[in-house]
Amino acid sequence: MPQSISNLALRVRGLHKSYKEVVAVAGLDLEVRRGECFGLLGPNGAGKTTTIEICEGLTPADSGEVELLGFHWDSDAEQLRQRLGIQLQDTQLSEKLTVFETVRLFRSFFQQGPGASEVIALVQLDEKRQSRVGALSGGQKQRLALACALVGDPEFLFLDEPTTGLDPQARRQLWELIERFKLAGRTILLTTHYMEEAERLCDRVAIMDHGKAIALGSPRELIAAIGVEHTVEISVGHGAPPLDKSTWQRLTGVRDVHVNNGTLQLQVTELHQAVPALLDELKRQGIPLTELRTRSATLEDVFVTLTGRHLRDE
Amino acid sequence: MSDVTAIPHAPSQDAVHKSPRRTSIADHPLVQLIAVRFHEFLREPEALFWVFVFPVLLAAGLGIAFRNRPPEVLKIAVVTPDLAASLRRDNLLEVQQLDMSAAEDALRTGKVALLADQTPDGKVVYQYDDTNPDGRSARMLADRAVQQAAGRRDLVASRDLLVREPGSRYIDFLIPGLLGMNLMGSAIWGMGFAIVDARRKNLLKRLMATPMPRHYYLLSFLLSRLLLLVLEVGVLLGFGALVFRVPARGSLFDLVVLCVLGSLSFSALGLLIASRARTIEAASGLMNLVMMPMWVASGVFFSAQRFPAAVQPIIKVLPLTAVINALRANMLQGANLARVAPQLSVLTVWLMVCFTLALKLFRWR
Repeated sequence: MPQSISNLALRVRGLHKSYKEVVAVAGLDLEVRRGECFGLLGPNGAGKTTTIEICEGLTPADSGEVELLGFHWDSDAEQLRQRLGIQLQDTQLSEKLTVFETVRLFRSFFQQGPGASEVIALVQLDEKRQSRVGALSGGQKQRLALACALVGDPEFLFLDEPTTGLDPQARRQLWELIERFKLAGRTILLTTHYMEEAERLCDRVAIMDHGKAIALGSPRELIAAIGVEHTVEISVGHGAPPLDKSTWQRLTGVRDVHVNNGTLQLQVTELHQAVPALLDELKRQGIPLTELRTRSATLEDVFVTLTGRHLRDE
Repeated sequence: MSDVTAIPHAPSQDAVHKSPRRTSIADHPLVQLIAVRFHEFLREPEALFWVFVFPVLLAAGLGIAFRNRPPEVLKIAVVTPDLAASLRRDNLLEVQQLDMSAAEDALRTGKVALLADQTPDGKVVYQYDDTNPDGRSARMLADRAVQQAAGRRDLVASRDLLVREPGSRYIDFLIPGLLGMNLMGSAIWGMGFAIVDARRKNLLKRLMATPMPRHYYLLSFLLSRLLLLVLEVGVLLGFGALVFRVPARGSLFDLVVLCVLGSLSFSALGLLIASRARTIEAASGLMNLVMMPMWVASGVFFSAQRFPAAVQPIIKVLPLTAVINALRANMLQGANLARVAPQLSVLTVWLMVCFTLALKLFRWR
């Protein structure tokens, strides 16, 4: 087994892939460190799935290099497959098999790993062991798919949109399972278009758009880099004089102001200074305040700042 | 199954803890894949019906409809009373005495097969349709009765030995035909639908992402097909033998060889059909396109000889024709493998060509 000198689990260099006229990946570089959870965040069509499938050895790249756990797909496919856990987007497992039969089948492909029952317990499907796959809920199906990815005791886990289409509770349950696997020191590469998911699970994320990584770093770093940490929104009572943008712009800690339908939106760096200043100014002008909201900036804001579009724009 | 209890996945141990390697043969990937094929098949009631029940129902229905009846009595119309009296002595003829116009009417409408009249000078006149076998038989029977009544004696003594033996009836012809049809249907449908369905659901891609040796996947279809074959062939042949006493005159070993080779050829054809299709609709269209001509032309229900001589060379090289002809030769004539060598070569060529093409064209995603 070739030992990689670096602490990188995955290194991608200059990756290109086109389907007929559509460019899916346009010169992507990525580095995933051993033991980290790395997220590819981006809207639909950004090239996340193509990228992950090239790394999984399912799709050949047009050009570029992929080194995974010190191996290369063209020479070490068999060793790689034994070491990877893979969950694809939208795989429907056979509905007529039971949970146990399904996991046992996948287990039989790997030389080592926990027993089928052990993995079923790990993803909390004990009670559904003998149920047909067709009778499972969406969240249970995703956990079964995760079990099938874990049977080979993988060093590297690929998760392609693991929680898409799940309700919030099922999503949180899956997050807990993924976090547990993360704690075991394995490397994870996941794609998602849910910013909460990336913020909660990922040590570092690459934001992808049009086949390229447009930002890279920990969620915190990325949010900090856009220079805005909080958004403050206020609504004022009817009959108040029209709000003037420039007044608010001058307040301490305020970076940017948007006025929208009687709602004032302030991009703020220092929340503890901006809010009192804002309240004082309202009082001075005699404007009645009806509503005040603050929220922390998210990766969504990062994406909007970088591209001018929303992550889930269709 | 209960050897492993639900141990919480202790993270710190994971990296070093490796479960023991596969111990039992049941955990071999090929065995697991075959088990999956069986589970999927047995949990599909429709498939069970079409593979096991339908051919038996068809055989039973057609066997009853076309069973051999006692020799039929032929109806004839006679105009003159004397002639009628002498013809009534033959118990294979049912004689109606009618006036001329009623008799002609009965002949025209097919109520009688023959009209017999006697002219005043004693000459007997038969009217009948010579393209109708019943008309010709009635003519011969009536004339024999008339001549014998007039005192003719046979110059050569003869006697009849009646042979109504299994082997020459319609059901004997039908059972090998149905067997061939069943081999084709279950192989092509079984292979085609399962593979296209797995491709449609991205399951093929998912399996490709595991270390599963790819040929195991295709092999599991062939092997499970052969195991099911024992049941399929057994049910239909057992039914034919027990209920209709359909003979099996050839060697059982040869019969098994024919069924296995036939099933493999059809499986290869099914694999070829399923090699690219991404939707069930596309696959079933292709399957019907391939199977329909063979259902009609390959002699399942009636002899393929009925088609014009010009198309016979084409019909002969269809795999279903080859299987059915070889099965009939084995079961009804007791032919050994050497005598069905042409059919065996046809099947082998289909197997090789389809399998090679299928492997070249096969798409895993």
